[in-house]
Amino acid sequence: MLISEAWLREWADPKLNTADLCHQITMAGLEVDSVEAAVPEFSGVVVAEILSLEQHPDADKLSVCQVNDGENTHTIVCGAPNVRVGMKAPLARIGAVLPGDFKIKKAKLRGQTSEGMLCGASEIGLEDIVDGLLELPSDAPLGQCIRDYLQLNDTIIEVDLTPNRADCLSIRGVAREVAALNQVPFNAPQIDEVAATHEETIGVKVAASEACPRYLARVIRNVNLKATSPVWLQERLRRSGLRSVDPVVDVTNYVLLELGQPLHAFDKAKIQGDIEVRFAEQGEKLTAIGGEELTLSNDTLIIADDTAPLALAGVMGGAASAVSENTQDIVLECAFFAPLAVVGKARAYGLHTDSSHRFERGVDSELQQQAMERATALILQLAGGEAGPVVEVVAEEHLPQANTIEVSAANVERLLGFSVPAEIFEQGLPALGMAVNSLGDGRWQVQAPSWRFDMAIEEDIIEEVARLYGYEKLPNRLPTIAGGEGLAKEAQLNSRKLADTLCDRGYREVISYAFVSPDIQAVLAPELKPLALANPLSKELAVMRSTLWAGLLQTAERNIKRQVSRLRLFEQGLRFVPGTTIDDLEQTPMVAGLLYGLAEPRHYSVKPTPVDFYDIKADVEALIALGGVAQEYRFVAAENPVLHPGQSARVLRNDKEVGWVGRIHPLVAQQLDVPNTIYLFELQADVLQQGRVPSFTPLSDQPAVKRDLALVLAEATPAQQLLDAIRKAAGKALTRIELLDVYRGENIGSENKSIAVSLTFQDPSRTLKESDINQLIESILVGVKADAGASLRE
Amino acid sequence: MEDLQPLTEAALAEVADATALRELDEVRVKYLGKKGSISTLLKSLGKLSAEERPKAGAVINEARQQVQAAIEARKAALENAALAEQLASETIDVTLPGRGEKVGGLHPVTRIRRRIEDFFIGLGYAIAEGPEVEDDFHNFEALNIPDHHPARAMHDTFYFDANHLLRTHTSPVQVRVMEAGKPPFRIIAPGRVYRSDSDITHTPMFHQVEGLLVDKGVTFADLRGTVAAFLRYIFEVEDLAVRFRPSYFPFTEPSAEVDIGCTQCQGKGCRVCKQTGWLEIMGCGMVHPEVLKHGGVDATEYSGFAFGMGIERLAMLRYGVNDLRLFFENDERFLTQFH
Repeated sequence: MLISEAWLREWADPKLNTADLCHQITMAGLEVDSVEAAVPEFSGVVVAEILSLEQHPDADKLSVCQVNDGENTHTIVCGAPNVRVGMKAPLARIGAVLPGDFKIKKAKLRGQTSEGMLCGASEIGLEDIVDGLLELPSDAPLGQCIRDYLQLNDTIIEVDLTPNRADCLSIRGVAREVAALNQVPFNAPQIDEVAATHEETIGVKVAASEACPRYLARVIRNVNLKATSPVWLQERLRRSGLRSVDPVVDVTNYVLLELGQPLHAFDKAKIQGDIEVRFAEQGEKLTAIGGEELTLSNDTLIIADDTAPLALAGVMGGAASAVSENTQDIVLECAFFAPLAVVGKARAYGLHTDSSHRFERGVDSELQQQAMERATALILQLAGGEAGPVVEVVAEEHLPQANTIEVSAANVERLLGFSVPAEIFEQGLPALGMAVNSLGDGRWQVQAPSWRFDMAIEEDIIEEVARLYGYEKLPNRLPTIAGGEGLAKEAQLNSRKLADTLCDRGYREVISYAFVSPDIQAVLAPELKPLALANPLSKELAVMRSTLWAGLLQTAERNIKRQVSRLRLFEQGLRFVPGTTIDDLEQTPMVAGLLYGLAEPRHYSVKPTPVDFYDIKADVEALIALGGVAQEYRFVAAENPVLHPGQSARVLRNDKEVGWVGRIHPLVAQQLDVPNTIYLFELQADVLQQGRVPSFTPLSDQPAVKRDLALVLAEATPAQQLLDAIRKAAGKALTRIELLDVYRGENIGSENKSIAVSLTFQDPSRTLKESDINQLIESILVGVKADAGASLRE
Repeated sequence: MEDLQPLTEAALAEVADATALRELDEVRVKYLGKKGSISTLLKSLGKLSAEERPKAGAVINEARQQVQAAIEARKAALENAALAEQLASETIDVTLPGRGEKVGGLHPVTRIRRRIEDFFIGLGYAIAEGPEVEDDFHNFEALNIPDHHPARAMHDTFYFDANHLLRTHTSPVQVRVMEAGKPPFRIIAPGRVYRSDSDITHTPMFHQVEGLLVDKGVTFADLRGTVAAFLRYIFEVEDLAVRFRPSYFPFTEPSAEVDIGCTQCQGKGCRVCKQTGWLEIMGCGMVHPEVLKHGGVDATEYSGFAFGMGIERLAMLRYGVNDLRLFFENDERFLTQFH
């Protein structure tokens, strides 16, 4: 909200300069966003009157004027279309400096000397309402500095208000705060009742009295909407960010800014019969003032006449009943609409207005009478006319009831850690309009005023007390914390461990959006219907990812396009796998990685080899090993639509799937426009984090015996199957298997491979004899034959 | 015996001239070996009288020791030279790069998030997590933001259906933590949050950290002290200006917005702080009794504070990142700058 400082100071004028005032209201919770001069710097411009004027002999559009500035008469050449004898306007005399460092000198225009320049509004930093000179009122004192006359030495303060402080959406509201904070008088203007000069009224029926507990209407006849609002009013509107339209609209806007009460004027001639405040019928139509065609829903409060909707209550008027320059009689409306009746409607219809902004947050329900009188008086002053009596329909029972809240000094101290001086209750709160009644014993009864919708409980009052006292003066303390629940279990691996391990292995962490394009999601999980946003920002960000690969592959694609030749990326985050209903949605923490390019960074001494499955598998194995329970995990060849069918493994822990590792499927690579030499893994982070507390096994002092075996088995049989068979057959005496070599060659048959293993045998309690070892080897050979079809290589 | 002097001199000269160990050994054999000329002189002592023998023996022995010492010294010198030569021949260019994997690195958001976590873990807080697809109750209702509350308009929520949404803040974790346990509570909840907003200063996903302390006797003073200590820690400025302004959040009362003295201009006024000298850094307040109630906590016995801040904002200020969107573009040139 924009506030003219000069206007504010008419209401409350503390002895503070602008900067201190802004700091004070910021620290009171009305955050000042910016402070700007009302107009740019300029000088040497005074009020002047045009005494005479002649056509310029050599230019059709120029006039040569004699202009009086109260001291002298100057010859001024002027091209403004509205220039006329007797008019008062700003004159920039010789030596004046206009905004933009534009110096006024004696000049010749088409041969005629001009001793200065008559100014239009924009030439002195104001807004042009008419094309031509800025016309000043006839009583403007000649020779007075225009900056003083128009109060241009003003600042515009932009205040960013929180939604609870609707009471400050006006000069009146901010001034009340300023007065209370500084303990200076609150100078509300005197508002008198405007006596009716005719008896005409309009019938008002309020069908929805809960939504509209108070509705005032008054007929004002014979207004002149062709009149232009005076400069002071235009200026106040401009400094508040509004444009001048016509005197009636300007007055309703002015009262909205001044008091915070939205008003609306209808062209009386366009109203058929009476006014009714009611909810719309489903599908009723209304064309708003801005031209928007609205189809109303039945939860929308409207103002209607006997035949059709006239206005969206509290939001915007309708085009058909709007005042225009030909309007003669108006119906001025001033109502209190309940916040809940208005909230969300402006948004629903795409019409956010100054009016809806205030009604949604809460307008003072006791203000309507005053606002009506204030607006009437101003309309009569600006546009003439005759006011009729005010019709008021009120449903007392639906007006907001002032809460009576009990506050105790003990609770203030309990919440703030400080006992606030009693004056804050007895002087500070009343200055904010609160009725405070001491109950003795450090207890008070506080009744909030009708404009404070945010005072409901004791804590609300305590905040007011803290605010008035000053947050900055409250004490600081760093609390000590006792106890230690929620401390980590040893078997539970810290999630940092996973990330750190990957970083140590050369991976770089990325963070990508959790919503992705449905196209990518369809490629990565063709059989899954992803969880879709109802209101996505764009198609690219429309569904929740079911795999972190989506972000990694997009990141890879972008970086590879930028000629990055080697990537090691990982991401941690949730994947979203929908169930049958949204309540069955699985949000699983995952860790995923991507490899691309050389297996090792290029080095002159190393033959560059591209990354392959076993590089990424080693990283997965490293993650698995962190928990100390690697033996619970297995890699099983399996197919995944994203991965190469011959180079992918499902990772299991105790036979439950934990994730996947493998090379990207060439068709997926093609569809996503990435190389097919990318390798990926994705694992459930929470499962990886379940480790163990180490348990010591006594060190055996019995000698260990090593035996190497070369075993031939079918190419298609996985090595894992062979190793499992060896372990099963050897039992506990086998303490270690090391895989030495995988050999393929004609001599063992092209359908076979030979796997060489080194076996270490050790018994914890006795020395294994040669015969024991031979027996073990025998059992192993029998076992591998049976379980893996393997036999000793000849 | 008259030969001894020239013989010794010749031996010493040959020792000095030897340029290889093998050559030196030949000199040793020639003079000191079994059949060496000095050894032979010793053997010839027998021909002398008993009176002459000891004196002559002493003279020859002295010569022998002199030669022996010269050989040893020469040997050491030659060995040193040989080693030096070998080492010289093994010289490599130590400025060539090392071999093997380089270290990777954390995302800057994770980096600063860990800094935040470390502070609060040190104070005894635990880390809590919650779902990102939230229900309306936890994201709004339980936080005292009923339907149609104007504060909802500030949240630009992504919805799945009428009741499910992407959490717009980390505050729902407060409620979930309270529902699941008994006070006291002291947690921080870092994580991703989502708002339907995208421009130079907004991304539809970003990160927040929520903090919650609920215990007997927790006051606004504790909140101020905790927040100020945290901000001084994170920016590593002992006398960092920290100020609390009244503000409004439906889930806290009293509420405050926290500003710090601009870290770019030290409060003098610059583009980053919009000439105000202050940077808005977080929101906080005393937990609203309604929220405690929704969390099953007796508000007459317990009180608490909560705070929430944007992680990217801290990262931007701390590391001088000037465009929020860079955090999620994952350009390698960006990511490699944060280890």
